[in-house]
Amino acid sequence: MNQAQTTTAPGPKTATEPGPAPSAEPLLSVTGLTVRFRMRAGRQVAAVTDVSFGLAPGECLALVGESGCGKSVLASALLGLLPGNARTDGSALLHARGGQPRLDLLTADEPTLARTVRGRRVGLVPQSPAGHLTPVRTVRAQLTETVRELRGLRGPELAAATVAAAERAAFPADHLDRYPHELSGGLAQRAATALALVGDAPVLLADEPTTGLDRALVDRTVDELRGHTADGRGLLIITHDLAAAERIADRVAVMYAGRLVELAPAARFFGTPGPRHPYARGLLEALPERAFTPIPGMPPELDALPAGCAFAPRCPRADERCATRPEPDDGLACHHPLVPAGTASEETHA
Amino acid sequence: MSAAGNTPGACDPPALRLSGITAGYERRSPVLRDVSLTVRKGEAVGLLGPSGCGKSTLARVAALLHRPWAGTVHLAGQPARGWRYRAPRAQRTFAGVVFQQPRTAADPRLTLHALIAEPLRATGRAVEATDRVGRLADAVGLGPELLTRRPHEVSDGQLQRACVARALVLDPGLLVCDEMTAMLDASTTAALVTVVEDYRARTGAALLAVGHDRTLLERWCDRTVEAAGLGAPDERSRTPRARETTPAGTPASGT
Repeated sequence: MNQAQTTTAPGPKTATEPGPAPSAEPLLSVTGLTVRFRMRAGRQVAAVTDVSFGLAPGECLALVGESGCGKSVLASALLGLLPGNARTDGSALLHARGGQPRLDLLTADEPTLARTVRGRRVGLVPQSPAGHLTPVRTVRAQLTETVRELRGLRGPELAAATVAAAERAAFPADHLDRYPHELSGGLAQRAATALALVGDAPVLLADEPTTGLDRALVDRTVDELRGHTADGRGLLIITHDLAAAERIADRVAVMYAGRLVELAPAARFFGTPGPRHPYARGLLEALPERAFTPIPGMPPELDALPAGCAFAPRCPRADERCATRPEPDDGLACHHPLVPAGTASEETHA
Repeated sequence: MSAAGNTPGACDPPALRLSGITAGYERRSPVLRDVSLTVRKGEAVGLLGPSGCGKSTLARVAALLHRPWAGTVHLAGQPARGWRYRAPRAQRTFAGVVFQQPRTAADPRLTLHALIAEPLRATGRAVEATDRVGRLADAVGLGPELLTRRPHEVSDGQLQRACVARALVLDPGLLVCDEMTAMLDASTTAALVTVVEDYRARTGAALLAVGHDRTLLERWCDRTVEAAGLGAPDERSRTPRARETTPAGTPASGT
């Protein structure tokens, strides 16, 4: 409500700490991740460009940005689910943990991804649970199949584990024999979360898990997701819902036109001194509880990005320096940051 | 239409008057029961409620897209005389509607230009398309190149911009926005609300905005009403969740 107030962020996170430092052995390190799509007539779409971040155990990182900025492509890249015309560069290292070897998600072959990664080392909480669940089978049938495949259980053990798996995602046991269309949006989301949790994957990837849910359900869903980081999982939540990100994230990564423009601790980002990148500031100021003014213009097309800073055409602070692209430095890629950080923003190279 | 006075006051008939609406989809389990709501000329009313409470059904009734089992709908003082395609043209086009999901509300075969011009074509005014679509596309921020694309070639935000332009193309006296921004990011939300408000300031159109985002609707509208307070949904409704999550006060949203 009051921007002069210091942040009293709701939710289960501890606001005192700026989030776990990525110095502790991270679960996932993404370095220079780049995704290009080859299209007809030699067109090339730069969906993701030079994205780097780490995800530590117990950490929640929120990736925010306007629709069409490349967020979901990033998620698909981490699961090896990109279409055939995609070309990737950089690396996304899933670190060795629990007897599993270190693995680069971008170069791993399909059998490895299918048998050892999806569901087992990276769990996906999908955008639309209604589309993710099979409509012609009950939740119990789908959960049982997942438990059998991922944990190798049979018989009564399997039945018990299925009920336990539903319980972990707070899915009510008396709804297990329902079909997906008989579930409310919130329960369908829990069913999908239950499936994502079965394999005990250390990394949870939630791609717009709250689209179309009302505020009370959004809060409950993200709180539940956040709760699953308590035992050392890392949660990467991709969302355009800034309120949800503020509620649960330790760190916030802002994506614009395929690049990370700012990566900051959530407390600083949503509180004082606030975002440093003009785009991030504009996105926050567009919220109805703040200025409610849109950023002028629209994001550039990803197949025709300007040579310099992609945000410059919409930026109130842009000048001739913005014709050269700012290199990311100290979690920020901008020539004219709003809050001058400890480091001078003069140097263009990190 | 007839010469309209600019004072949104008691002398003008309300843009929308719903009285005693009972509506639903399955026999014996109405989603809405005896609901009444009035939106004065030029007024912006926000209808708040959790998902499953029947607020979208009410919006569909107001736009003459869903025939209620009981009750009457008055648009600009005239009682509704038909529903869906049977409604008289003047009534059918009085309300412009924007739905939540632009993907399911847009014909995938049409370019954005054709999409925005569709209501003109359907009412025999296709000759006006070039001029009006151009102006509206400017207003919602769609460039000439984007207008040549089809829905699968644009983002959700861009498609919703086209859907807002489509809703405005016949100069409606009432706008019904059903969760218009639920799929959109903060900046696109603010941009589309600005487009709607600019149109309303110019024409004096009324607005019924349906949603669950209290902060947004309180900022956007002249007043907000709770869907739950208009007429309780049936106890045996097939959406029990709507009841159990209805917060007593304000849901603790982000800030």
